[in-house]
Amino acid sequence: MARKVTSRRVWVSTVAAWFFGFLIFLPILWMVLTSFKTELEAFSMPPTFLFFHWTTENYATVQERSDYLHHALNSIIVAGGSTLIAMLIAVPAAWSMAFAPTKRTKDVLLWMLSTKMMPPVGVLVPIYLIYRDFGLLDTRAGLVFILCLGNLPIVIWMLFTYFKEIPKDILEAARMDGATIGRELVYVLTPMAIPGLASTLLLNFILAWNEAFWTLNLSTLDAAPLTVFIASYSSPEGLFWAKLSAASTLAIAPIIVLGWFSQRQLVRGLTFGAVK
Amino acid sequence: MGQITLQGVRKSFGPVNIIKDANLDIEDGAFVVFVGPSGCGKTTLLRLIAGLEDVTGGQILIDGRNVVDVPPAKRGLSMVFQSYALYPHMSVRGNIAFGLKMAGLPRPEIDRKVEAAAATLNLTPYLDRKPRDLSGGQRQRVAIGRAIVREPKAFLFDEPLSNLDAALRVQMRLEVTKLQKQLGTTAVYVTHDQVEAMTMADKIVVLNAGRIEQYGSPLELYERPANLFVAGFIGSPKMNFVPGGAAGEPGVATLGIRPEHLKVAKEGDGWPGTVSVAEHLGSDTFLYVDAGKLGMLTVRAIGEFSLKAGDQVWLSPDPARLHRFDKDGEVIRK
Repeated sequence: MARKVTSRRVWVSTVAAWFFGFLIFLPILWMVLTSFKTELEAFSMPPTFLFFHWTTENYATVQERSDYLHHALNSIIVAGGSTLIAMLIAVPAAWSMAFAPTKRTKDVLLWMLSTKMMPPVGVLVPIYLIYRDFGLLDTRAGLVFILCLGNLPIVIWMLFTYFKEIPKDILEAARMDGATIGRELVYVLTPMAIPGLASTLLLNFILAWNEAFWTLNLSTLDAAPLTVFIASYSSPEGLFWAKLSAASTLAIAPIIVLGWFSQRQLVRGLTFGAVK
Repeated sequence: MGQITLQGVRKSFGPVNIIKDANLDIEDGAFVVFVGPSGCGKTTLLRLIAGLEDVTGGQILIDGRNVVDVPPAKRGLSMVFQSYALYPHMSVRGNIAFGLKMAGLPRPEIDRKVEAAAATLNLTPYLDRKPRDLSGGQRQRVAIGRAIVREPKAFLFDEPLSNLDAALRVQMRLEVTKLQKQLGTTAVYVTHDQVEAMTMADKIVVLNAGRIEQYGSPLELYERPANLFVAGFIGSPKMNFVPGGAAGEPGVATLGIRPEHLKVAKEGDGWPGTVSVAEHLGSDTFLYVDAGKLGMLTVRAIGEFSLKAGDQVWLSPDPARLHRFDKDGEVIRK
């Protein structure tokens, strides 16, 4: 039986949806607003909402004190590089697990996921020492490496679930048509998996962009991405809310823009397979 | 050429034997149908021939060459899948051309062959559409087009019509048979539908629990079933089985009579019985007759409308068309 949707119900749900949407968005909005306040106004009580003296001086100071572009470039290289390498490893791995499973495949998948259950801080010291001895501290290569490894289980899992959805018959048809494994991957599997690949790529990029634990601990300046740039504003000389907000706004701006344009892909990716 | 020979082919999945020692000779140009109940191994046998599964033992010869170690594409066969298995991101043209592209044929030749295949199957207007924009029957034709364009030694069909509605299935059945005769290419066709098997096949392979029960032309199977299983599987309604002793044939364990070979009369001699259900289909009447210790017998009477439930009848079998089986279920040949 179709549920009757009254206009009142539509109204109530619309208002509720906007309310919760606003609630979730509020911290980000507050951060953006704070970044345009003076330091004094930033922690004034009661807080001012829209009617304050708008200023861009925080942005000027932030740009003066640290090189935004340098950190942004590092973020792009570290997030992009780790994502690409993870994809290169994960596509064949997920492919073999989805289409040529052995009786150990499920165990391997669970084992990979289990590595994500361990708190990273538990291995910070050994990894720090390894990085120090191999000269990987504060290098882009070092960050790419650790982020790639960190996200690999999730990437493989996501791709595995996508590949599972592809009917085996189609790959067998390709095999009957004379496609080698390589060509099967290029001409049949990949084009069919593009939506899945795209959302995995996006999600992984966002995860890598936002990753703070390893980037903060393993880089200081040369390789430091935007996370380090933000953290440098919670400095020992006291908190500068407005400048911190300005730095944060700058740091998340690129990823918000990316997310905005790819939200359709992301939502599809995260609910993939949930509905037919 | 497309002669396929199976010699002692076996297939097991772990401890389970799916195919037990299959021996078969498929002549060039023949339309051979594998039929049997679900789980009998017919699809597995087809996939073994295709090379999508590896044999556990035995040999598969195509034109005299053992192909058990040859990958699917190099066997020169093409396959039509139950789900059609079209490439969803390619147009109809791309789907049909894919095999030729993989074979590295020059572009003009591919185009020529694709156009020809499309024309044969009435697909020309749809060449640039994607599979999702086609109806079930059209998708089926694309799958067939993909198979014929490669000019294979043999076609393998895996229940290709089971996803179509009844009317379309009858039409496609005719089309597939016609096409196969026209091309003269060997075809191996898997189905669980005995009507498809009887109407399409030059020869039928009846499979049961991984064994080939009988291999022969449709009429051979109908008239001379080799054992109880084939006798019961081929023909609709099913053959009647009565215990030999009760029917007055001591040396016979089971006596088989097809419903259409039982004459029904309101008086006279034969086996007495009572009609328990009468189904009037128009052209035929199916009578379910309770014949006492002979059990329940099905009778197919043509144009017999006067009988109804509760009537007393006498049944007399056509003596020339009785099937006699021994206690192992094998036919007793005279």
